[in-house]
Amino acid sequence: MNILLTIRLAIKGLLANKIRAFLTILGIIIGVAGIILIVSVGNGAESLIVNQIKSVGSNLIGILPGGREEGEPPAAAFGIIITTLKEDDIKALKEIPHVTAVTGYAKSVTQVLFRNKKVESTVTGTTSEYPEVEDAKLANGRYFNDLDENSVAKVAILGSKIKQDLFDDTNPVGENIKIKNETFKVIGYMEERGASGFSNNDSLVFIPLKTMQKIILGTNHVSMGRVKVDDASHMDETVDTVIRILRTRHGIDNPKDDDFTVASQEQGLQILTSVTGSIKILLTAIAAIALIVGGIGIMNVMFIAVTERTHEIGLRKAIGAKQKDILRQFLIEAISITSLGGIIGILIGTVISALIAFVIQTLGYKWDLIVTPDSIIIAAGVIVGIGIVFGYAPAKKASLLSPINALRYE
Amino acid sequence: MNKDPLLVIKDITKDYSTGSVVTSALKGVNFEVYDGDFIAIMGHSGSGKSTMLHIIGFLDTPTSGTYLFDGIDTTKLTEDDLADIRNKKLGFVFQAYNLLPRTSALDNVRMPMIYAGVDEKIQFEKATKALEAVGLSHRMKNHPNELSGGEQQRVAIARALINNPRLILADEPTGNLDSKSTEEIMGIFDELHRKGHTIIIVTHEDNVSDHAEQIVKMKDGLVFQHHISEKHEHIAHNKAGN
Repeated sequence: MNILLTIRLAIKGLLANKIRAFLTILGIIIGVAGIILIVSVGNGAESLIVNQIKSVGSNLIGILPGGREEGEPPAAAFGIIITTLKEDDIKALKEIPHVTAVTGYAKSVTQVLFRNKKVESTVTGTTSEYPEVEDAKLANGRYFNDLDENSVAKVAILGSKIKQDLFDDTNPVGENIKIKNETFKVIGYMEERGASGFSNNDSLVFIPLKTMQKIILGTNHVSMGRVKVDDASHMDETVDTVIRILRTRHGIDNPKDDDFTVASQEQGLQILTSVTGSIKILLTAIAAIALIVGGIGIMNVMFIAVTERTHEIGLRKAIGAKQKDILRQFLIEAISITSLGGIIGILIGTVISALIAFVIQTLGYKWDLIVTPDSIIIAAGVIVGIGIVFGYAPAKKASLLSPINALRYE
Repeated sequence: MNKDPLLVIKDITKDYSTGSVVTSALKGVNFEVYDGDFIAIMGHSGSGKSTMLHIIGFLDTPTSGTYLFDGIDTTKLTEDDLADIRNKKLGFVFQAYNLLPRTSALDNVRMPMIYAGVDEKIQFEKATKALEAVGLSHRMKNHPNELSGGEQQRVAIARALINNPRLILADEPTGNLDSKSTEEIMGIFDELHRKGHTIIIVTHEDNVSDHAEQIVKMKDGLVFQHHISEKHEHIAHNKAGN
């Protein structure tokens, strides 16, 4: 049986009942568009995170509170608050050879006011070495020093975007702003660093770590620490030293009891990729369920088609169609229907991916539109697979009909 | 003509069971057909004439008995072997035409060649010629719902002939047609017979059976009469006289 003719007949048959055809392929459209979207958005988000981590630098060691099981991300990566890491722990790491700068972090999302202007910002408590650790440069004014820290001074440095939002083009240095009803004096602002990753460094407001802990948060722990190493070749030994020092300070003998996690950027990257990877798997599972439901819809419609066309099957057998001819005809029809849904799904998925990429890029993030040939090939394979799997039973039923019973069927 | 018969049917029975009730449609039919025969099977509804035709055409299988077709014992053949015989050695014409909807006359006529694996170019050539032969050269691209009953039946005849079958089987081919179309269709059968085709027609209309050479009358699942038709008896008599 000629395949092209079969496909043409299948599509003609579909168009003869447009509403049913549309409902039949809707499940496939949703499932396939979902797969394309998930792969695209997943890759885009991953590129965003990876770009950010790379932009921070590869000779940084991160310290997070809370231990972790082998191969799993630390609890802090899921937003669980752990209070075991203190500022002194971080400061002690400064003594390690090859370490050039250290800083701790404590963050709070809150409103920042200047006169009647109001913006939401992540206020970040850090130490005086922050600019060195993260290669951040001041556009004007100065960063806070040890004296500011020790005196719990209420001074602030603005990210370039916050500066622009609150002060436009005027110089903010010397002005007073309000953070959580406390008055802070602006002593400097940062150069534009560019938006990368989920946290935009230009939207941060920096205050001394002690001020953050005592006045804003009322705590004495840090949410993260960073250590800068003079050269990437010293990373591994420095990581080991950091772990040893922290264990000594926390009185830990057994590595299983670690209440902190130390990771180089490289390891951090792997951890984050494993997080995004598991999210991707979850979303893919949901799309797969949509596809299976769509496939069951196809099977249902193919069973109806076999019943409706029993007479035609009888006629085809009467003029010489073998079982395999009928089986193939109905399989090709099922594949044609799913493919039509699949093509529409790929188009819709691609268009939505492009829209998402466009919106995020407009917001200033480095988000790449990634619709890989892989995802389209996988989607196409899945579509044909569904056509075969869910089309087989109805097609088999059709092929086994006795010619005369099929011909008599009205 | 002292040749072997094209088909030999011996003691064929056919039982249908619906639940616990068994109905015998055929109760031991014996029958022979030779190349070039033109036979009309007649009988009332329920006489078994259609069942007989379906068994001859391998659309249905007998409950017991033997059926030799072209020297082969067909009771042992597989479903695919039977499909092959239906495709290459038989041509069917049905009362309800049985053309594929949404498919042009030309593609309908091509269908048996598609299943036979004939080269596509030859398919179109042969199907075009076959439709011209039944006077439908102007209707090749039309779909069945755009054709009259007589035209549809002519497409069906073209389709039945397309693989040069040994035997043409027609089940009430004029049952849905008016008298004018009936005459046209029977004219085609007459011409096929003249050209040497072997034809079996099931009918209950005398004006149809009159065209046949032999008449087989069935009643209650048995053949109770098998004779030369009056018209042909007359012709045969004249031939003998010459």
